[in-house]
Amino acid sequence: MNGSQGISRRRLLAGGLGALAGGAALGVGATRLGGDDTPSASAGPPSTFTGPHQPGIVTPAQDRLHFAAFDVTTRSRAELADLLRRWTDAGERMMRGESAGAIGPTSGPYDAPPDDTGEAIGLPPAGLSITIGFGPSLLDGRFGLARRRPAALVRLPHFPADNLDPARSDGDLCVQACADDPQVAVHAIRNLARIGFGTVSVRWSQLGFGRTSSTSTAQQTPRNLFGFKDGTANVKAEETDALKQHIWVGPGDDPDGAWLTGGSYLVARRINMNIETWDRQSLRDQETIIGRTKAEGAPLSGGGEFTEPDFALPGRDGPLIDIASHVRMAHPTTNDGHRILRRGYNFVDGSTNLGRLDAGLFFLAYMRDPVTQYLPLQTKLAKQDLLSEYLQHTGSALFAVPPGIRDGGFVGESLFA
Amino acid sequence: MTRVTRTTLRPALLLLGLAPLAVLAGCSTNNAQSDDARVVSVDSGGDACTLSATEAPAGSLTFTVKNTGSKVTEFYLLAADGQRIIGEVENIGPGLTRDLVVSAKDGRYVTACKPGMTGTGIRADFTVTPSDQTVSVPEDQAQLIARANRNYQAYVTDQSAQLLEKTTRFVAAYKAGDDDTARDLYPRTRVHWERIETVAESFGDLDPRMDAREADLEAGQKWTGWHRIEKDLWPQRAPGYTPLTTAQRATLADTLLTDTRTLDARVEDLTYTADQIANGSRGLLEEVATGKVTGEEEYWSRTDLWDFQANVDGARVGFDGLRELIDQKDPELGRTIETRFTELQKLLDAQRDGDGFHTYDQLTPGEVKALSDAVNALSEPLSQLTAVVVS
Repeated sequence: MNGSQGISRRRLLAGGLGALAGGAALGVGATRLGGDDTPSASAGPPSTFTGPHQPGIVTPAQDRLHFAAFDVTTRSRAELADLLRRWTDAGERMMRGESAGAIGPTSGPYDAPPDDTGEAIGLPPAGLSITIGFGPSLLDGRFGLARRRPAALVRLPHFPADNLDPARSDGDLCVQACADDPQVAVHAIRNLARIGFGTVSVRWSQLGFGRTSSTSTAQQTPRNLFGFKDGTANVKAEETDALKQHIWVGPGDDPDGAWLTGGSYLVARRINMNIETWDRQSLRDQETIIGRTKAEGAPLSGGGEFTEPDFALPGRDGPLIDIASHVRMAHPTTNDGHRILRRGYNFVDGSTNLGRLDAGLFFLAYMRDPVTQYLPLQTKLAKQDLLSEYLQHTGSALFAVPPGIRDGGFVGESLFA
Repeated sequence: MTRVTRTTLRPALLLLGLAPLAVLAGCSTNNAQSDDARVVSVDSGGDACTLSATEAPAGSLTFTVKNTGSKVTEFYLLAADGQRIIGEVENIGPGLTRDLVVSAKDGRYVTACKPGMTGTGIRADFTVTPSDQTVSVPEDQAQLIARANRNYQAYVTDQSAQLLEKTTRFVAAYKAGDDDTARDLYPRTRVHWERIETVAESFGDLDPRMDAREADLEAGQKWTGWHRIEKDLWPQRAPGYTPLTTAQRATLADTLLTDTRTLDARVEDLTYTADQIANGSRGLLEEVATGKVTGEEEYWSRTDLWDFQANVDGARVGFDGLRELIDQKDPELGRTIETRFTELQKLLDAQRDGDGFHTYDQLTPGEVKALSDAVNALSEPLSQLTAVVVS
């Protein structure tokens, strides 16, 4: 493109944008809130990094997700720490419903690109939560963090029948952005990625729609793409003791990982579902495989959705709930009492070259210790869960999610201090 | 291979004496009937069995059974003699609701709720009044089902015997280092496994030892069976592969042969029910959809189309055995499945090469898509088969 063409295109664009921004920018300034009467998709105060834990874990699960994993491209520890500070600032702003940068999408020098990309103008905060995590590879030798790596922060092993795509797995850093409006979640990831250019590069990202878990007793249990309720027995925000026991890393858990106290481990698995094959299973088989009714989500041993399953209750040919059913295999009572906080989302990434839905569950789960809470569980599910016949794990990652911040701090400060 | 065996869906062992009518037991379904007179709600309490009606017009009846008691319950529709089961739903947990859909011609019947699953249950008379809906007669179908079961049993036994015979030759060649013969015998032997794959893999101890692929393993698990040998015979896609020693070969070969003998002995004792045969046909097409049409099953040898054809063969045998029964109950479904089998076979025939098949890597993306579409087209009506044969 030569100079004159460039100028004319810019003029054209500027004219168009000016007209568009004219209405939208009224009263916007650096904030994108349209006004107090803007209908909010999410009740409650905005999320914040400030506090004992990061948001997006016990926050009531929003409806939409954009999750991104990053690789660090710089060799400078200072640059990395500076990025985390900038991400913290931008994240706080966006969670409040403001623009990513202090100037905003439609202000600032006319000859400079705006410091916010603009697609969230006029949208409410939509319950946005941003959660930042560190992959095992971040704590290799590059940034002098190796000696601070907790023993549990290692790459997840190969589980039976894994079919992992390296381009959808692992990463030095992750950002989970959840909101009730997909554009708000995408806006968050897009702007954080933009802030990160030169320091980090996006390794992979995943969109999710339709939460597949409840993280609060106030929420209805949603359905996964198999059509069943999912996450009935999840650890919920209201269970303070259970969170302390199963989700938050404790002060004495790992001497090298003291910086992670109050944080949590995040397991991310992209689990493709064999949708078309599943749809051809009889209702009898579907309910046998899951161990719950499709209608109510009640365990096959009877009662309602929140009735505890009775795995011993006999039927005609053995227990009413099949011993290899998903509900039994994943239940805390068959996993040494371990519980995890699931926060997954349905995904559909279009269709495959065979015309099948490229769809499934983007499994996100928070836990205190993946070595005892996830590794044995997934090994067992892969081998023994009836449901595994209809699943294929195509992506995998583990991250350590540091605690929340003090006023004026930044996410991960305890690690970089 | 299958990764998990459904205990509840396994073929029945040594159940030859089972009354053939048991397979006519009603199926649970979520299909709502438009004809309200043919929908009867049943309240199965601790000591009461309350029906919303005591009669219904002949045809396809739906009993919606809600367990309002505290014990596991069952509901039966029995013939007037109070003995013969026309249809049943079992294993209804407290608080749960399940449908019994059953075809009933006009006549007198007995209903029974059985809280606690014991005793003769809480019984009442039920009348089916004449209507213009025709209902097939179960008495005539019992013979058809018994014959289908015997034929399928004979088929499985025969395929298993051929599998054992060829496996014996295959492992002999492999142990002797005659790789050309072993490579020639590999797909020819495996077709006998693939034809009865849903039966063979129902043995949860043998299947992972005989048919596991490398990715199916967990860390530290020893890899044995067909695909371990396959990789050793076709190491081209495994850069830096170290061939197995003669001793390692012998161990693998002997284990496979021993397991095949065990399998052969076990299938001798198997009998089948109509719904298991129907489910088996559907299951074999699922094997095609998940492993063969994607070229994942025979990753090293690329002989997936041999397995593909063998799965289809097995599914076809199951369907053909049930055909007379299907034609009585839903002739349109029988014709559709037949047509779809023919269309799929045409595509497979186009890939024949000598007495075998082209390798998977010779297929164009368009050909793979066409095969996959034909598998979908067949699998969908095939998934209706079980509900029809047990109705």
